[in-house]
Amino acid sequence: MIPTIASSRFFRFSYIFYVACFFIFLMAPLVVVAVFSFNDSMFPSLPWNGGTLDWYFNDTEPKLGIFHDSELLESIWTSVSIAIATTIASLALATCNAFLFEREQFPGKNLLYILMLTPLVIPGVILGVSILVFSSSIANWVEMQFGYDIEALRPGLTLVIIGQFAFITTISTLVISARLRKFDSTLEEAAMNLGANRMTAIATVTLPYLKPALIGAGIVSFLMSFENFNTTLMLVGSDAPLTIAMFDRLKEGSTPVLNAVSVILMTGSACLALLSLFVQRKEA
Amino acid sequence: MSPAHSASLSSTSKIGLWLLLAPILLWLSLLIILPHVDMVLISLQERISSRNYSFSVSNYTAFFTEPLYWNTFVRTAVMSIIATALTLLIAFPISYYIAKMLTGRLKTALFVLCLIPFWVSELVRTYGWMIILRETGLISTFLQWAGLADQPIEMLYNDAAIMVGLIYTSMLFMVVPLVSTLDSLDNSLIEAGYDLGGNSWNVLKDIIIPHAMPGIVSGCIVVFMLTLGNYLTPTLLGGKDSLWFTEQIYTQFITRFNWEQGAAFGMLLLFLSSLIVWAGLKLSKQSFSKVMS
Repeated sequence: MIPTIASSRFFRFSYIFYVACFFIFLMAPLVVVAVFSFNDSMFPSLPWNGGTLDWYFNDTEPKLGIFHDSELLESIWTSVSIAIATTIASLALATCNAFLFEREQFPGKNLLYILMLTPLVIPGVILGVSILVFSSSIANWVEMQFGYDIEALRPGLTLVIIGQFAFITTISTLVISARLRKFDSTLEEAAMNLGANRMTAIATVTLPYLKPALIGAGIVSFLMSFENFNTTLMLVGSDAPLTIAMFDRLKEGSTPVLNAVSVILMTGSACLALLSLFVQRKEA
Repeated sequence: MSPAHSASLSSTSKIGLWLLLAPILLWLSLLIILPHVDMVLISLQERISSRNYSFSVSNYTAFFTEPLYWNTFVRTAVMSIIATALTLLIAFPISYYIAKMLTGRLKTALFVLCLIPFWVSELVRTYGWMIILRETGLISTFLQWAGLADQPIEMLYNDAAIMVGLIYTSMLFMVVPLVSTLDSLDNSLIEAGYDLGGNSWNVLKDIIIPHAMPGIVSGCIVVFMLTLGNYLTPTLLGGKDSLWFTEQIYTQFITRFNWEQGAAFGMLLLFLSSLIVWAGLKLSKQSFSKVMS
């Protein structure tokens, strides 16, 4: 079952056929979504009524294109703001964590490492509701004691950012730690021998070395935040991020404007994915 | 190095240690540990009247006495296990093909091709399946065109549709760990297996699968976790009667505003997923921190 071992013609052909079917299965939904964004029909389904760009550029109801759909455009902006905030916060903490786990020795390190990994095995919905419950408990207590309502602890954008930050940090930590592990720490010592203090050595030698991992972790964090549904669903207030806005429309049975949004999303993710591949390629 | 100097160095590194420890401790305690503790406490409360609560396990007894809750829970677990097994069965030959049968550019290209759908949001992927499977969708229209059906067929809103969606959504998390473990298997071991008289089945069972075990386990754990906690796919592809447990949690929290019951459900789901992850690790003798990073 490796190329150097002879196998029957029939076996090889059926294997290749299987692999081909798999990739059709993998690509079909994406291709279908993209193609139907150009269908001149009120519904994202057959029959095919000819091509149109209305779902992108038309400015009147009922065929409102994405570039004129203010509700969806606003939700895209909401998602971008959430993703930027989440990415910055999780990168900062993840970098600290990477230094902590790769450089320091302290009692309880293993336990802390396992705790750091737990967000990976907590279902998103549960992480969301637990943060919802806890933040409301605090908000209710403060309101009872001081008669002041902390708006940020009620469902809304801040809570969404906090919820996403809670688990995206783990993923960023793993990415940055992996790179820091490969760092030759004698370089840092050399910088210190040449008169740099520890902070300067880290800032001028170690952080530039970590840059590809920081960019990679940043892109992954941004995309994970942008796409997140489960945790966000539980914490969302009146401003809906894109995934939630699209979900609400999908339940009502929407027009192909959703296909047009999806195509834009695919293009955006593809660009970011290529960028991250490029960054990793360059450093490798 | 003078004693004074070394003392100052160790004290700065101690401060440094605490500076690095403080953020992670705050993060873990405020966003992970305390919220779950609070959820346990809330799940053990019963509302007697407005703003008046007492300790009670009634939220848990409600779960065991109401067949709908209990059935949904078991159903979610069983469907997740089936979805995990099917994902493994489908992904293994693909991963093997990429890792062992291909080399060079083609190998990288196919591997990257596997990743592409997952850079796209889960919502878009599920939406694609809705367009394919719905009554006026591709498959139904194709079947009519080919004369295999004389009226539109609704393929959404059943368990098979949910299963397709779940497997599709999980594929990446199985393929990536499998490819990386299979990649590290030395081809000469496979050749040796054949040289010693083994057939393909022996080689697969005694050499390839044991070597791939860490990848199989980590893939299965992640896929199972994500499936069990999935909300979007069962809701959209399964319709109103998808009976998924995360949906029950959502209903209790957001629709009915019965947080006590919802918290109890959340804890039960967390307990189930932890139990199965733990059992998987024990059975395969893998360690959590190794599998997850």
